[in-house]
Amino acid sequence: MSEFPIELKYASSHEWARLEEDGMVTVGISDHAQNALGDVVYIEHPEIGRLLAVQEEAGVVESVKAASDIYAPVGGTVVAVNVALDDAPENVNQDPYGDGWFFTIEPTDLTDLAALLDAEAYAELCDAEAED
Amino acid sequence: MTNQTVLHAAHVAQGGKMVDFAGWDMPVNYGSQIAEHHAVRSAAGMFDVSHMTIIDILGEHDRRFLQRLVANDVAKLDVPGKALYGVLLNDAGGIIDDLIVYRRADHYRCVVNAATRDKVLQWFGEHNDEDVAIHERDLAMIAVQGPAAIEAFEKVSGESDVTDIAAFSATERGEWLIARTGYTGEDGVEIMLPGADACQLWADLAAVGVQPAGLGARDTLRLEAGLNLYGQDMDEVTNPLVSNLAWTIAGDDSARSFIGREALEQIREAGVDEKLTGLVMEDKGVMRHGQRVITEAGEGVITSGSFSPTLGYSIALARVPKSAKGDCHVDVRGLLKPVRIVRPPFVRRGKSVLP
Repeated sequence: MSEFPIELKYASSHEWARLEEDGMVTVGISDHAQNALGDVVYIEHPEIGRLLAVQEEAGVVESVKAASDIYAPVGGTVVAVNVALDDAPENVNQDPYGDGWFFTIEPTDLTDLAALLDAEAYAELCDAEAED
Repeated sequence: MTNQTVLHAAHVAQGGKMVDFAGWDMPVNYGSQIAEHHAVRSAAGMFDVSHMTIIDILGEHDRRFLQRLVANDVAKLDVPGKALYGVLLNDAGGIIDDLIVYRRADHYRCVVNAATRDKVLQWFGEHNDEDVAIHERDLAMIAVQGPAAIEAFEKVSGESDVTDIAAFSATERGEWLIARTGYTGEDGVEIMLPGADACQLWADLAAVGVQPAGLGARDTLRLEAGLNLYGQDMDEVTNPLVSNLAWTIAGDDSARSFIGREALEQIREAGVDEKLTGLVMEDKGVMRHGQRVITEAGEGVITSGSFSPTLGYSIALARVPKSAKGDCHVDVRGLLKPVRIVRPPFVRRGKSVLP
């Protein structure tokens, strides 16, 4: 049911990461994650300029149902956050891989990306979770 | 083994995201619970509430049986068709369940929660001193709610006088019981009917544009309306006096002895030191069940918290010291957020009722 674009990498904590042409990494939450959370109502962004370690807590997404921490899928410095989500949090549900992006990181070490799951492995993880 | 209502296939076909709720596989939403919430506030939505437990009480002394078990007085139901909200109490005054009792032509009908089915049937059985028949009914139940709900229901059912049914009353048409009740703070009806009829009614309502709505929207709608959820805002260790339900304890029937009455009188005498009230938080973030409330009069706890789609910020029900009022704080994930104590409801008939 959920979509997992093959050009993205995924964390087991349900963030996606996309390596942009300029070397930056854009981060959001997966279609599977937004579906599980339900309607998103608030986002807490990390501060621009903050240095995040890989898997460090970077923000919070609150849905009607629950609050969920967002972790940095790669280490680096936050260079942009999606402030448009403050007025349109529903973008996370409607376009999780596009307008629903959360923040952009200038990565310290691109090998962090290689440690993430590819679309196929992530889809299997989601299937396994659904069976629990 | 999970139970399914007769409308299960319809939910799946309509894109319902199914979850386990009290042993039933029920739709939590059909895409967006916020959109479903708004549909009920602005037009009409429909809920499958067939998982709820319908119990008919029959017998010569049916009224006496219910007068002993229900804290509110079913003698108020002076003519068939009237309905009454009340609670079942244990000997300590704790709440076993909340329910609606309907008076029918020759007996009473109780609608209790799905999660409490077994213990309520057991409680009824254990206290059946009046030798009544306790019949669980296998009926479907659909709630149609919202400002356009009755018009839509009349259109598809061929009924023309549903607006004549008084609030908290019901009428019967063949095997259908049509009640002007609900759990949303909007006008509407709840219909108990045979399963096959329910499938047809659900399809007909969908065809005239009534939005299917899931458990998610049901929860935010009832919270905005300031209505308690059993198991969350009240349970067996809380009594009606600390659950914003003192109004459901019939006080003018001094001769009637109902289970829990003595305990409540002792609690009243000793002094009630807590209350269930409302909180609003206009700052970012969402209050949740179990979070700590810090007031000048002492600490309390949130029993139900969520985001209010109508108001655009978080609201909650909380049990706090009785004298608490005005501004206070809630511990939202380690941050003390400013909130305001208000008397529920928060929303009625689609509009904020906050001061």
